[in-house]
Amino acid sequence: MSRFGWAVLTLWQRELVRFYRQPSRVVGALAPPVLFWLLIGTGLGPSFRVPGGSAGTSYLAYFFPGVVILILLFTAIFSEISIIEDRREGFLQAVLVAPVPRASVVLGKVLGGTTLAVLQSALFLALGPAVGLRPSSAGAVAVLAVVLFLLAFALTALAAAIAWWLDSTQGFHAIMNLFLVPMWLLAGTLFPAQGAPGWLGTVMRVNPLSYGVAALRRALSAGGAAGPGFALSLGVTSACAVVAFAAATWVAARRPSR
Amino acid sequence: MALGGVSLDVAQRELVALLGPNGSGKTTLFRILTTALLPGGGSVSIFGADVVRQPWRARREIGVVFQSPSLDRKLTPAENLRHQGHLYGLRGRELEQRIATALERVGLAERARERVERLSGGLARRVELAKGMLHRPRLLLLDEPTTGLDPSARRDFWSYFDAVRRETGATAILTTHLLDEAERADRIALLDEGRLVALGAPAALKAEIGGDVVTVQTAEPERLAAAVAERFGCSPAVVEGAVRIELARGHELVPRLVEAFPDAIRGLTLGKPTLDDVFVHRTGRHFHADQGPDT
Repeated sequence: MSRFGWAVLTLWQRELVRFYRQPSRVVGALAPPVLFWLLIGTGLGPSFRVPGGSAGTSYLAYFFPGVVILILLFTAIFSEISIIEDRREGFLQAVLVAPVPRASVVLGKVLGGTTLAVLQSALFLALGPAVGLRPSSAGAVAVLAVVLFLLAFALTALAAAIAWWLDSTQGFHAIMNLFLVPMWLLAGTLFPAQGAPGWLGTVMRVNPLSYGVAALRRALSAGGAAGPGFALSLGVTSACAVVAFAAATWVAARRPSR
Repeated sequence: MALGGVSLDVAQRELVALLGPNGSGKTTLFRILTTALLPGGGSVSIFGADVVRQPWRARREIGVVFQSPSLDRKLTPAENLRHQGHLYGLRGRELEQRIATALERVGLAERARERVERLSGGLARRVELAKGMLHRPRLLLLDEPTTGLDPSARRDFWSYFDAVRRETGATAILTTHLLDEAERADRIALLDEGRLVALGAPAALKAEIGGDVVTVQTAEPERLAAAVAERFGCSPAVVEGAVRIELARGHELVPRLVEAFPDAIRGLTLGKPTLDDVFVHRTGRHFHADQGPDT
């Protein structure tokens, strides 16, 4: 294996080992979304009906894919935000003066975060059958895995691009609240675009994450069938993964080590 | 801090200290040497590899010990070194052997499987040294490596550092703002405000001052300096509120000085030149470690 491959592998492995040695991080990325799901899902359930969906779709089931995305997003943010401080006074200082391409550093870190996000969301997906969401066949499981991976990779690469670009974790929190959380809210996670007022519906339709949510919804057969088709959703999500990774690599290559 | 007119050659196996107060440019120079910062001009070559045009070759030649920890605290020393090895193309049995040797060299073979967060600051620093030397670089770069260590951990670090250099024959450049640490070097490059103000072996730098340094505490330094100059024909300087005279055979001046100005003199010291005196001699100011922001 090449120098590039070894760098990716070793940074990927480090990401996994250090995550599971910090139990608070495992809980931190998983517990809040599950809590949101139970509270919001139970509270809104009686007064919600999916437009165009069957009357039988409960809100807990409708909201379920959105919570999966939230877990992916939180895990991605928590794993990549460390880039900011690590660069100045941590592990990354040494990595950045090692004879390895910057792109391998970005890829190792992003793949590490992606793997963690997929594993964390898989834990939550195990709750799916409780609200009637389970893949219908082995093929459906494979499709679900591909969708999860693409979504996790795109979100982690996006978080990495932001982290390489910024100088402080406070800045990252600001972007999270002003950009990442609204992006999640307006992706058909809590409510569908069809019923939203004109301008809001437009924002939701141009939000690339809406397509990720739609892909996941279809992979889980979780209602909201009026959204974009599966092929389009998968295509947009793949394109976002590629663009976000290219952006992260570009930002990282241009930035001096500190 | 911008650097200007800093030029020095480091010989193989030499230990050179970049000594300067904070804000003197030594960290900037260090970051250029590690390829972490591109110089705006000038050139740096490490064993023939230009840091701007061939950073890849330069990076293979250098091992770096950063001022702030670069170890992952959640991992063990052995795991940290394994990741480091992978980044330098080492793997398998050879890597495991090198890790064992490297940790043994810094006296940490017993602690190889404990998480770094459970090691004391001094032990962690020694792991940093083992990490920097793992790929057997010919040039070791250390940025204020003993920052935050207590005196005994500091002594330990330097004795392990000396042993590592003896065994590997590595050349080393270290930045410091501690005069006594700089004394350990073969040569000192004294930096101030981005310029190289002195370069030489510690003893040679001190010898330049020629003899002794007499420092007189007084209420009116300017007046006393003028009077001393007139009476004894020497050239005193006023440095930070005290009169300072560099001369050979200082002990002969002291009694005559005290006799001549019994009322003006509040206190007087006679000493052999220190590195601080070298700094005063070259810059007209005393060496204060924390003169400005660290850059």
